[in-house]
Amino acid sequence: MGDRFEYREVRVDGDGGPIVDGFSARIPADGLTALVGPSGAGKSTLLRLLNRLDDPDSGVVLFDGRDVRDYDVLDLRRRVQLVGQVPVPFAGTVLDNVGERWEELAERVGLPAAIGSRPADVLSVGEAQRMCLARALGRQPDCLILDEPTSALDTASKAGVERLVRSLADGGLTVVMVTHDPRQADHLADRVIRL
Amino acid sequence: MTDLSGRIGFGEVALSLVLVAIAVAISWRRKAGLEQDMVVATFRSFAQLLAVGFVLEWLFVGGREWLTPFVLAAMIGAATLTSGARGKGVPGARAIAAAAVTAAAAATLGVLLALRIVPAEPRAAIPLGSMILSNAMNTASLVMSRLRDDLASHRREVEARLSLGQTAAEAGGPWHRSALRTGILPIVDNTKVVGLVALPGAMTGMLLAGASPEAAIRLQLVVMYMLLAGTALAALVAGALTIRRLFTRDHQVIRSLRRVPG
Repeated sequence: MGDRFEYREVRVDGDGGPIVDGFSARIPADGLTALVGPSGAGKSTLLRLLNRLDDPDSGVVLFDGRDVRDYDVLDLRRRVQLVGQVPVPFAGTVLDNVGERWEELAERVGLPAAIGSRPADVLSVGEAQRMCLARALGRQPDCLILDEPTSALDTASKAGVERLVRSLADGGLTVVMVTHDPRQADHLADRVIRL
Repeated sequence: MTDLSGRIGFGEVALSLVLVAIAVAISWRRKAGLEQDMVVATFRSFAQLLAVGFVLEWLFVGGREWLTPFVLAAMIGAATLTSGARGKGVPGARAIAAAAVTAAAAATLGVLLALRIVPAEPRAAIPLGSMILSNAMNTASLVMSRLRDDLASHRREVEARLSLGQTAAEAGGPWHRSALRTGILPIVDNTKVVGLVALPGAMTGMLLAGASPEAAIRLQLVVMYMLLAGTALAALVAGALTIRRLFTRDHQVIRSLRRVPG
């Protein structure tokens, strides 16, 4: 299989100089790729380039061999779903957040379908993170981009979300995950890119 | 009826400085640190109003009506600079402020003049214009700063919405709406309680100048309705333009609105 994403000599400037500079890497379409590095290394910044929440100041990012800027940005974002570090439930019920395919998606992310009628902001952090994953999967993406998906979770829910992420990658989704924890990267990912 | 307007000379104005002294004393005793600002404000108000008084005296003399648009333009300029400064951090804040206050003034004064509700004289257009402009200016400032602050502090949610494929307008929608409400609500509340809590400026002025209360309320009603429309327009224009400038064309939150994490 070809590369799903490729970074080519990417530089992103911050307030006090470049956050990442001259970064190049390839991310294959299959399995789970982890980006590992200390905090401040620009991991989140690199993820934001994949669904164009941000653009590089120089260099290019390719998606399926084409510059991400050549895609319709809204279509790109639907296909490349990014889920952040801290779950962000929107106002309304879980069902309002996730949409009509809730029952099927709930099963997929391991949430009881009965919580669909609950207000989204009363969920535990672990449940909320799963709900956010369900919300993203509801858009039927090709890729799932995860920014430290377990850093806000306790040990028990962390293991659960890790298993879920692993199973999504095994189910055919391209999964790109950022983590500061090399051990998590090693035991979870098919390949690791160190920053 | 006693006409107060002729009774106040500069001697009376000087005596009323006692009131400023009270404010300064309070600030000093309570260490609010506003004494200097208060003194500066007092002198500025004196100088500014004196100058405006001369200009208006001169302008209201017959034959100088043609200058009215220029006076209004100068007022729009001042309102633009003030509001533009409050919108710091919003790209093009000054242009947004200019568009908002100009739209508000042009539309409301235009309607009042076109329907011949008020006469096309400097004596009507300038005071009404000043009221609409100062309100529109405050509204534009509020809407711009509120949207900027809300989008910055809710950046996570805004970007979560963008990440799900929402457009900038959809992702910023909840805060756009609340900024509009913030901008318009004060004038709506004022309109509701007018006369119950406070006698508004135009009416107070007419009463003090010796007009009948009945004449005073008629003018005040026109003023209130004008302010309602003008404020709503200023909020609409400021909100729409601000949203456009806080996102890029590619539905990204502009960089200056976020502190990029590592």
